[in-house]
Amino acid sequence: MTDRPSRPGGLNRRKFLYGTAAATTVAASTKLFAPAVQAQEAPTLRYLGTAVNQSAEIAAKVKEDLGITIEYIPVTTDEVTRRVVTQPNTFDLVDIEYMSLKNVVPTGNLKGMDTSKITQADNITTLFTEGTIDGQPVGDQGTAPKKVIWLPGEEATDFATEPTGFMSLIPTVYNADTLGIRPDLIGRPIESWAELLNPEFKGKASILNIPSIGIMDAALVVEALGEHQYADKGNMTRDEIDLTIETLIEAKRAGQFRALWQDFNESVNLMASGEVVIQSMWSPAVTAVRTQGIECKYQPLKEGYRAWAAGFGLPATIDGRQQDAAYEFINWFLSGWAGAFLNRQGYYSAVLGTAKENMEAYEWAYWMEGAAAEQDIMSPSGQLLAKAGEVRDGGSYQDRLGAISCWNAVMDENVYMVRKWNEFVAS
Amino acid sequence: MTTTEQATGTPPIAEGRAHTALVTPQSDAAALHGVKRRVSLLDRPYALAGPLILVMAIFFVGPLILTIIVSFWEYTQYSIEPAMVVTNYVDVFDRCIARLPTLCVTFATYLSTLKFCFIVWAITLILGFTLAWFIVFEVKKTSTQIALFLLCTIPFWTSNVIRMMAWIPLLGRNGLVNQTLMSMGLISEPQEWLLYSDFAVILAFIHLYTMFMMVPIVNSMMRIDREILEAARDAGASIWTIAMSVVAPLCRPGIVIGSIFVITIVMGDYITVGVMGGQQIASVGKTIQVQMQYLQFPIAAANAVVLLGAVLMIIFAMTKLVDVRREL
Repeated sequence: MTDRPSRPGGLNRRKFLYGTAAATTVAASTKLFAPAVQAQEAPTLRYLGTAVNQSAEIAAKVKEDLGITIEYIPVTTDEVTRRVVTQPNTFDLVDIEYMSLKNVVPTGNLKGMDTSKITQADNITTLFTEGTIDGQPVGDQGTAPKKVIWLPGEEATDFATEPTGFMSLIPTVYNADTLGIRPDLIGRPIESWAELLNPEFKGKASILNIPSIGIMDAALVVEALGEHQYADKGNMTRDEIDLTIETLIEAKRAGQFRALWQDFNESVNLMASGEVVIQSMWSPAVTAVRTQGIECKYQPLKEGYRAWAAGFGLPATIDGRQQDAAYEFINWFLSGWAGAFLNRQGYYSAVLGTAKENMEAYEWAYWMEGAAAEQDIMSPSGQLLAKAGEVRDGGSYQDRLGAISCWNAVMDENVYMVRKWNEFVAS
Repeated sequence: MTTTEQATGTPPIAEGRAHTALVTPQSDAAALHGVKRRVSLLDRPYALAGPLILVMAIFFVGPLILTIIVSFWEYTQYSIEPAMVVTNYVDVFDRCIARLPTLCVTFATYLSTLKFCFIVWAITLILGFTLAWFIVFEVKKTSTQIALFLLCTIPFWTSNVIRMMAWIPLLGRNGLVNQTLMSMGLISEPQEWLLYSDFAVILAFIHLYTMFMMVPIVNSMMRIDREILEAARDAGASIWTIAMSVVAPLCRPGIVIGSIFVITIVMGDYITVGVMGGQQIASVGKTIQVQMQYLQFPIAAANAVVLLGAVLMIIFAMTKLVDVRREL
């Protein structure tokens, strides 16, 4: 679960439901009235993922371009993983986070994806395939995609250490997370993760209550405070987990946190109401606060970002026409239109070149090059995201993603970590 | 021997036989042999309870047994293996004895939950009893009674999450309460304990669940013969004595049923505690939810079994106080 619970521009619920309903109706009626000609009819793909990633615009565009009907199965992030593990026959395509792969791949429920069938395979950003940007290595602590993107073959239950012809997931969207702040209520520059536990913000700070992500934000704070240097923040030893949780418990007992949040909307409300002035935050939440006319900054910090990434996977049981359709859809997804759509929401797309061709020069300059907006920047649904002259928080693609410190992860000591996290909540 | 039976002109015994005949072939055969009454009385209740037993078996007993079985299984991050181990229970009570008097997570969580239970129970009891008293004894007209009763149900038209969310803009740092108090000059700084605190959790619980206490008490009070109260008054009892020595004992079944409602709901709740406590207060339900999210079903099941045991113990103790079945 990372920062995609809502898109900045906002496809609203009605539109989404309408789109899904329409897609479902079409799917149902075609099956109902033409069972005999099923082999010839345009295929339907059951797309498992979180609701926020499943835009009606994308489904409509695919229908128009390829004739493929996308049938969204919107569930929560945790449910995506649970469903892949427990009911792998209930979808044709899954949109899942790389960090979940450690839990999913050993079950053998995902099919290795043949890169020779992906037209843009060679153009997928090196951030995923090699862990570099412009030849410079970026932080790879945690479940960095390069560690889990390659599989030894089509049927695999573990990962390959170097490039093979098979990918676990074809990347779709990724971003780098940091702290959100209320500059109007803080009134001074914020530069370090350490500020989250600064007693100056006692009772006005918040951290997210999703153990696997919250602990990494906490680890960034512990490092920034100079208390400990982790070998890998995304894979702590038991002692490191104890230390990190101890730091959190101390802060909690001292009344540092106003609340913990678990759900995207909670973080928006905490920030917008002024209950909290500094907290872990997801980029669309910052946008949501801003669209209420309240100042909110997605503050770049000197210790770097916590990154996350998601991609498309196929269930092990898929084959034949369904599989061809899935590949066709993924190829379409990487071919530019969808990439531009994602970039305009402040996320990043996997194949940058094709997305660039689908964006206006001034849009590309604002979102990807860190330049001041030449004109007002609009979301795909037409909401104003930035006025002319504004610069994106954190700057260019290279500046933001080059400063990644760690990636969302599932630790080897996950069970222990969750238990300790519950201790923090109970303290 | 109701009016309907007389109206349709069917003798009651014959009707009873017809029912029996529909229910089981044996009773039909028995009826032919002339022992209809005894057999029908024995058979009918079970046959009538049949559908309910079936529903309970499928949707309650079955899942419960599964939960208990799974609580003894082993798990990794991505798999659940059938086994017969007690590690999950050991983990639930991890270092609980060794670390005493420092409370372990489980004890601390249960202590906090029990604290909420007790406070909420006490307040909803006083409120529920007083409100019930007002509706039953003070309001004379039945139509007004019904109107007031319906008024109490209006909040239930929205979901309980919305009802508790509604408190947030009221109690927040820049909320209505703080603004009002500050403009009246009663406080100079916003009061932070109003929201995301024990106070907020208890307030929301009371708001949400007083009704569950009040309704059974009203039900009991309605049955009290007014003449008893008059007799008590004539004998010189104060209103307090009447309430404590006459009405309260007669309302005991209502009070116990209401208490069971409130206590079981509060014990298992994690949404109210989460929203109003700013996710900073532990609850057993929340622990289970987190473990479910991380696919740790066996330990979540073990936690659920422990919670069930705790709640059953409380209910058992309460039913010792009053034989609900007899009093009904």
